[in-house]
Order: sequence, then C-alpha cells, then structure tokens
Amino acid sequence: MLFWTTVKIGLQSLWANKTRSFLAMLGVIIGVAAVIAMLAIGTGAKRQVLTRIAAMGTNLLIVTPGQSGSHGVTSGTQQNLVLADALALLETEGVHRLAPVVQGRAQVKYANKNQPTQVTGTTPSYFFIRDYTIAQGRRFSDTEADSMSHVAVIGPVTAENLFGRNDPLGQAIKVKGISFTVVGVTAAKGDQGFFNPDDQVFVPYSTAMKQLFGLTYLREVDVQAVPEANLTKVQEALAAVIRKRHRCELRGGDDDFNVRNQADFVQMATQVTETFTFLLASTASISLLVGGIGIMNIMLVTVTERTREIGVRKAIGATESSILRQFLLESVIISGFGGLLGVVLGTGTALLLPKLTPFTTAVELPAVIVALLFSAAVGVFFGWYPARRAAQLDPVEALRYE
Amino acid sequence: MIIDAQAIVKHYRLGDTIVRALDGVTFQVAEGEMIAITGPSGSGKSTLMHILGCLDRPDTGRYVLAGEDVSTLSRDRLAQIRNRRIGFVFQTFNLLPRLNALENVELPLLYAGLHDAKDRAAEALVKVSLQDRMYHHPNQLSGGQRQRVAVARALVTDPAMILADEPTGNLDTRTGDEIMALLHALNAAGRTLVLVTHEADIARQCRRQIRLRNGQVTADEPVSATDGDERRIPDFAVGVAVPCCPSPSRTGVLPPAAKSGI
Repeated sequence: MLFWTTVKIGLQSLWANKTRSFLAMLGVIIGVAAVIAMLAIGTGAKRQVLTRIAAMGTNLLIVTPGQSGSHGVTSGTQQNLVLADALALLETEGVHRLAPVVQGRAQVKYANKNQPTQVTGTTPSYFFIRDYTIAQGRRFSDTEADSMSHVAVIGPVTAENLFGRNDPLGQAIKVKGISFTVVGVTAAKGDQGFFNPDDQVFVPYSTAMKQLFGLTYLREVDVQAVPEANLTKVQEALAAVIRKRHRCELRGGDDDFNVRNQADFVQMATQVTETFTFLLASTASISLLVGGIGIMNIMLVTVTERTREIGVRKAIGATESSILRQFLLESVIISGFGGLLGVVLGTGTALLLPKLTPFTTAVELPAVIVALLFSAAVGVFFGWYPARRAAQLDPVEALRYE
Repeated sequence: MIIDAQAIVKHYRLGDTIVRALDGVTFQVAEGEMIAITGPSGSGKSTLMHILGCLDRPDTGRYVLAGEDVSTLSRDRLAQIRNRRIGFVFQTFNLLPRLNALENVELPLLYAGLHDAKDRAAEALVKVSLQDRMYHHPNQLSGGQRQRVAVARALVTDPAMILADEPTGNLDTRTGDEIMALLHALNAAGRTLVLVTHEADIARQCRRQIRLRNGQVTADEPVSATDGDERRIPDFAVGVAVPCCPSPSRTGVLPPAAKSGI
C-alpha cells in the first residue's frame, strides 16, 4: 500500500519536473541503447559465423598446419603441409573426397575491368566438398588440375564485375598477368559479410602453386568423410598419418598440425565472437555508469529540495529506512524507465544498422533483460548515497528548512 | 497522566559556547487537558515542543509520555511513537503538495502499515467537515481548509495528544477562530491538547498556561477569568462537527474504523 503510494509519488515527482527527469535519464537511455546495439552486433556476427560453419556440413574435416589452439584462435600458422601429405591422406579409411587448397589475392583483369580478387587453387573435388554448384560451363578436370592448365572457374559476382551481361565462358582473363580461360561460373551462395564466396576465382592447384604464387606449402587440406563413417575415427586416422609423416613424436610429441571438424569450428568461433561481443558491450557499459552518476546528481538536488517534506514525513512517523526506500525507489524508477527507453532506442538502432553498415545484428531477449536489470542496478547503486542523505536528515532541522 | 516531564535539560553547542535551551523543565499534563506553552523567542519553547513531540531527546532528565519513558529510545522507536501517539499541527500546515487531502491524511496510517487507511482518513476528514474536499490538492484549498486537513492528519492515528505549534499563525483572525473552535471541540470530546504559542489571546483560551523564560518554567497556572482581557473562547462553531472520539487508549491500539457515517 505504502509501496504503491510511494511509486505514485515518485512518478508524480518525475512528471512535475519533466525536463530535469529526462536529462537525468538521458545517460541511462544512451548507455542501455549502446549496450543493446553492441550486443546485437556481436550476436549477429556470431550467428553469421555459425551459419557458415553449419553450411560446411557435418562430415567435413579440415587439416591445417600450426599449433593446436588452446583457448580460441591459433596465432601464427606454420608452413608444413605439402602435397605429399595430401596424397598420403587419400588412402585413409573413411575418406570419400579430398582437396588440397592454396589461396591468395591477385589482380584479375578483363578488358578494362580490373579488381583484386581471392584466388583459390585446388582440385575439382573441392567444389563437391565445399558445396559449390556450377551454373554455367564446367569445373576443371583432374588432369587440368595436375598439369598446370590455365583454366579458371569464376564466381557470379566476379563474372558480373568483369563481364557485365556478357557471357564469360571461353573468354580470357588475366590473373597476375597470366592468361586464363574461363570454363565455368559457380552458382550464387550469398554474401556472408566478411567473406563473399561468389567473388572468387578457382584455378588448378598446380598452376596456383607454381606459377601464380610460388608456394610449396598448402593452406589446408579439405576432407569429406564417407556419410556413414565414424567421424572421430576418421579424424584420428588422418591425424595419425600426418603425425607420422611430420615425425611429431620424434620431435617432442606435440602435433604441428590440426584436424578439425565442424564442432571444433563452432567452439572456436563461439569463443572468438563471444570475446568480441563482451569487449563491445563492456565499452558501452561505461556510458551506462556515467548515466548513473547523472542520476545521483539529480537525486541529490531532489533530496535537498524536498528537505522540508522529509522533515514532515519523519514527524508523522516515517522511519529512516522508510525514507531510504522511498528515494531509492525514485532512483530506480528513473533508471528503470531510462532503461526501457534505452531498449527501444537500442533495438531501433540494431534494426537500422544492417541497412547502413556492413554489420549484421540480432537482438536477443536475454540481452534485453540483462540490460534492463543492469539499469535498475545502476539506479540502486547510484541512488544509494542521496537516499541515505535523505534518511539521515535531522527532523528538527529539516522542518526548519526554507 | 499523558505528559510527565522531569527536569528536562537540553543544550546546544554554538561554536565555543554552550547554550542551555532547556534548563530543568518539570511539569505534568493530565488526560483531557488543554494547555498553552508560552514564552518569548529564545525561551526554549520550540526546543521543548521538539522534545515533547519526540523529534529530539533530552540530554538529561526524563520524559514519560502516556506511561512510557521515551527519553532514551532509538530513532526508529521514536518515529513509531510520533506515528501513533502524537499528532502534529504546524503553523505552516506542512501538507505534501502533490497529494490530495485524503492522501495527506492517510499518510501516517500508511507508515503504520494499516490496510484500511483510506476509510479512516475519510472519517477524519468528516470530523473536520471537509468531506467535500477530499480529492482537492492543497493548492486548491484555503488556508483554513489546509489547517483543517492538517488537524485531520493529526487525528487520524488516534494519538494520545495533539501538539500544535502556532496553529493560527498563518491565518487571518476569522479563520484562526474557526480553527481554535475546532480544537476546543476536540478537547471537549476528550483530546489532550498542547498548544505552543507566543500569542496571548490564544494562550488565554486554554485552561492552563506554562510560561517559559530562558529555558526554565517561570509560571504554571490555570488561566484565571480575572486576567486583564476576558478569556475569549470563540462562540461560533459554524461548520465544525462535534467529533465523537472514543477515549484514546494508552497502548496506541486503534479501535476498528466505523464504516458508515459518524
């Protein structure tokens, strides 16, 4: 009963001083909006990455060089995967398809069009493993892959950028100055934000390694397991082959490579994006703290203004804790309401961002609830000192206050 | 006996000097009395009022209110006593501007944790003849009406005594008379009234006067009818209903609220 009267008095008090109340809330509104928007960016990034990983398929294994990741990203990749490793893996039980992969960026030219593009050197099996269908023309053949042919398959966005509406098949493009014949165009897969699979040039691995980029080592080996295979067993078998070939045990036991499946990538990606999200949200939270200081300021002024009223309340029987609770409640109302408005503003911003920036966003309910609770906590924390001041006022002096 | 003040001493530190605001004040007030505490400014009557009203504690001496020694109680306990045993009426009314009359009167009951606060508050407003103004805010009421709301608020917890500090100080003569008539009516029905005032004509309306000077009681005597001007009691009771109060109980337990009109 007293609670609802207190809430009502608090709301009346805020409404009577609209401008001041709004300015007090502003810090919290902006803080909460920033936190929600940052969390939305982080969640959007996470979802994007996870969708991409899911598209990998559950029976895809990727062999890469470098130290095993401990908590998150492996830093610095070694160079130790060679073609012979890839060939050796082909014999492993449970392997359905396999593709060695090298990658680099190069200037790709046609007529007067010129753009830096990602160039992937690999075998035809890559298109199956990574789920690229051919929309026009064909893949290059195994023979072409092995024999340094100058053939290329391009993505639909690259095709459009270089050829416009014209038919690319049979035309010659220059990759790093070397002429390639376009034999095929892949079907669109959709831009994934930080990586566009439709803006690529695929060439035979032998050509890429020897003539384009001068590489001896592979970036990775993609392996597709047989559908009914026990993935863990295949993973271990592949690892055993490489371990032996690289003589890991002789050199101290640690693997100098990784064999990862989809679940491993999910875990890595989740950790990275969650750290990223946490950093973003923490920075945004600083503005929320500043908002709390604003509330404390306003409440101190309010308490001073209502000194007489506090004296009267004490005279008619309010205890110190009653007064404390009353003013805490008023702070929480300010910060809570500011939090609500901040959620609205933040959600609106999160919906607007994908239209104006390359960021994708996703607003999740738990984030909203956490932000609201946090804003209420800010009200309690920063409202505490002014409320204590109010509660400890001497009734005799308070009644004398003009 | 409602008030038993025994050698109450209160001093304040003012820089290097110690000011003896109350220097051994002793008196008793019985139930149903209407007394005036008078004195010039600086006599200590405000300090005495604060102590009688449990807003402050004496430094030495004892103050027994309605049978309970309140001299050394904790602040929270004093708040409770103020809530249940004492009803304040101030010179400047001291109503909360953002609450209407009913909500102002109900406030002490809310602090007491009672659930039928609105009913009791409405009853109190009827007792002061303001049942038609229950939902008005103080800025919609005249001075006299505001003071009547304050009296209703003072009554609402059925206190042992009403403590009025210059209750007519901010009112014109006619309205002041109305309020005094109301207070007389309350006293006639059994309420103990303590008025703190510096106005002689108000003091003369009470049956007993305690004079203070320099923190000490210089006189404690019934107001005699042979004093200079006649003892003037306002003889009209227009618009003031005679309240029917059950005799205040000592333990502060409130009788159940009557639901229908008085």
